[in-house]
Amino acid sequence: MNTLHKTLQIKTSPHVKAALNVDDIMRNVVWALLPTCAFSIYIFGLSALLSLVIATFTCVATEHVMCRRSGKTSSIGDWSAVITGLLYGLTLPPGLPLWMVVMGGVIAISLGKYLFGGLGYNVFNPALVGRAFLQAAFPTAMTMWGPILGTDRFTNVPSSLFALPFQIPSYQSIADGVTSATPLALMKFDQQLTESSHLIFGVTAGSYGETCGLLILAGGLYLAARKMLNWRIPVAIFVTAGAISAVFHTLDPQQYPDPIFTLFSGGLMLGAVFMATDMVASPMTNRGVIVYGAVIGLLIMVIRNWGGLPEGVMYAILLANALSPHIDAMTQPKVYGSGGKQIGRNSP
Amino acid sequence: MRLATLLQHVTGKKHPPTFTGGVHPLESKSLTAGQVIRQFPFAPVMNIPLNQHIGKPSIPIVREGQELARGQLLAEPDGFMSVALHSPASGVIKSIGLMPAINGNMVMGIYLQPFPGSTQEVADGKPCLLAQASSDEIVQAIQMAGIVGLGGAAFPTHAKLKAPEGKSIDTLIINGAECEPYLTNDYRIMLEQSEHVITGIGYLLKATKAKRAIIGIEDNKQPAAQRLKLALQNEGADFAANISIELVQTKYPQGAEKTLISALLGKQVPSHGLPLDVGVVVVNVTSAAEIGRLLPHGRGIQERVITISGPGVKKPGNYQIPIGTPLRFALEYVGVSDALSQVYLGGPMMGQALPSLDISITKGTSGFVAFTNEQTRSKKKHYPCIHCSYCIDACPMHLNPSQLGILAANKRYQTMADQYHLMACFECGSCAFVCPSNIPLVQQFRVAKNMIRKGQAEQ
Repeated sequence: MNTLHKTLQIKTSPHVKAALNVDDIMRNVVWALLPTCAFSIYIFGLSALLSLVIATFTCVATEHVMCRRSGKTSSIGDWSAVITGLLYGLTLPPGLPLWMVVMGGVIAISLGKYLFGGLGYNVFNPALVGRAFLQAAFPTAMTMWGPILGTDRFTNVPSSLFALPFQIPSYQSIADGVTSATPLALMKFDQQLTESSHLIFGVTAGSYGETCGLLILAGGLYLAARKMLNWRIPVAIFVTAGAISAVFHTLDPQQYPDPIFTLFSGGLMLGAVFMATDMVASPMTNRGVIVYGAVIGLLIMVIRNWGGLPEGVMYAILLANALSPHIDAMTQPKVYGSGGKQIGRNSP
Repeated sequence: MRLATLLQHVTGKKHPPTFTGGVHPLESKSLTAGQVIRQFPFAPVMNIPLNQHIGKPSIPIVREGQELARGQLLAEPDGFMSVALHSPASGVIKSIGLMPAINGNMVMGIYLQPFPGSTQEVADGKPCLLAQASSDEIVQAIQMAGIVGLGGAAFPTHAKLKAPEGKSIDTLIINGAECEPYLTNDYRIMLEQSEHVITGIGYLLKATKAKRAIIGIEDNKQPAAQRLKLALQNEGADFAANISIELVQTKYPQGAEKTLISALLGKQVPSHGLPLDVGVVVVNVTSAAEIGRLLPHGRGIQERVITISGPGVKKPGNYQIPIGTPLRFALEYVGVSDALSQVYLGGPMMGQALPSLDISITKGTSGFVAFTNEQTRSKKKHYPCIHCSYCIDACPMHLNPSQLGILAANKRYQTMADQYHLMACFECGSCAFVCPSNIPLVQQFRVAKNMIRKGQAEQ
């Protein structure tokens, strides 16, 4: 009898593995962002295309250079820098000079992500760190909103994009030469409401990617269906922000906008669906993310209603990011058979 | 609340019960689910380890050169936490000595050489009849029949049937979940030996004095449930009225004791406790079938049904295989692919990878799965934990595998045990299965548990 002689490999169980890897999740987030990017290019034209490409390229290049400089293999293959780049680009106001776009992108990856140890270790959403830096450094440029649906948007790039570093950009060339105000600013400073349908379909002034709530929601639904996004986070934000604005709207309809306006104006949709749901910077348990979402919703309404700024999504998310390790510690799962004991609290 | 549960409320469609957590690996059962149980031939030499169960090794009562009939007693139980061992074939004892075991150690065992032309005839012993036997007599008969948890745990079945003072057994759960991918041996037993299953439950009900028995079956094995229902209707005895058959959701690890109890009764077994603490005893469906098949004739286990499957096997199927058959002989018989690279004892989720083919089939072997280079070629990319929380959602013990993994990487083993309930982990592998960063979580937990045990031993 010819005996069977085989060299076997020994491995520990489990020997099968779900097909999903980190880069698959990240790639899917990129796919989910593409409709929003496309719409942004449609209403803002070449300036959106240029800014998104430059923002993404800057983030990927920064990550690559940082990895190489610190003697590690480049981690751009995990696609997370692409997401950061796209998200960061989508939060920028149309017409922002490109040198600022580059600067914020470098800050987003270096200070927002790499300083903490790279993917998986960042405390804050890197894209928002980049944007927060720009907001603090260039407050004027960050509140100049280029017009939408300009007639020459596909043939002309506004000259402000090519402003030289540390020069005051000229906004003269933008279509009719007037910058428009965002619905939130109109509401806050002029008590002027924007029509709901314009808000929902995204034909309003605003950052490159925050205008069309419907496409953002569609992207979110796609990710939630594939379990790559915890639907509880945006839902908690919508419910909290919606409820608070409903209460104030009933009390004083002149001063405070209705819930639909609240949810579809400014960066709330983009923030709630794509920024707050950053897996790394949000809590892990299903109870934790509801608290986290509620905190974001509350902070947004506090800043919008009583703050000096018309918009508060960015700061609300960054603050909640800082809170998430603490939320995590308080909402650990209850161990099976322990009679409701929470992990980390009581010794077994 | 999960989205699925929400949908259920909206659509009004009721799904079978289940536990919180778990994963859905590819079932891969169709390779062998339709294959009837076939008899395996005798190997030229059988290697029968003396310790095929949890507890003390059996004491051999045979000597070298002795000739034995098939089914004759080879070894007696050594105390209560031990069971008897029977001869798998009529033959002669070649020697009693060391043989390789699955964990790489050498263990004591009996080398048996079957006679050429040895038949499948089995020697009968003293029968234990359901109508006449008392509870204690049944427990003893189960021990002497050498019955252990045939799902893979190999815990002596008789040892869990008697409730200690002050406790009573209310429900007997018969575990027919069979949640491991590839394995179909329990399914075939339920289909082909449904009468034995029902008779076995009769014995178990009498032994435990439980009021009712529930057979829990995953809903991907509906034919088995129907076949058992039919057998239940045909059973004339009174006890049949106390047996029910319940479908549970197909989800891994539904077949673990604690998750099955959660699904069927909605109760949680206390940490560090036993099913007995909630008045439950769980017995594997194949163990129940063996009790029903063997006890009326006073026989012991000489063979068992295993699934041999996987892409590395040429004739996958369900086989009635003599205990002690060397794995090499079994694989030669079913034929293996040239690209064979890994063989797992049990299913691919919890099964142990074999160091060599020299070990033999024991009572706890529910099957083996062979993978080829195609499946095992490592193309996994490793990433840091991105806090996706897939592992937290998957853990059936409701632990935080992500946090445990971080603590393990920092060698904070005591914290893992003290604050993060590491010891509640039964290494089902759900966390490592879903991890998109491919972190070897289960392996880290095994190391941590060993370090903690070592630390405790030193104190």
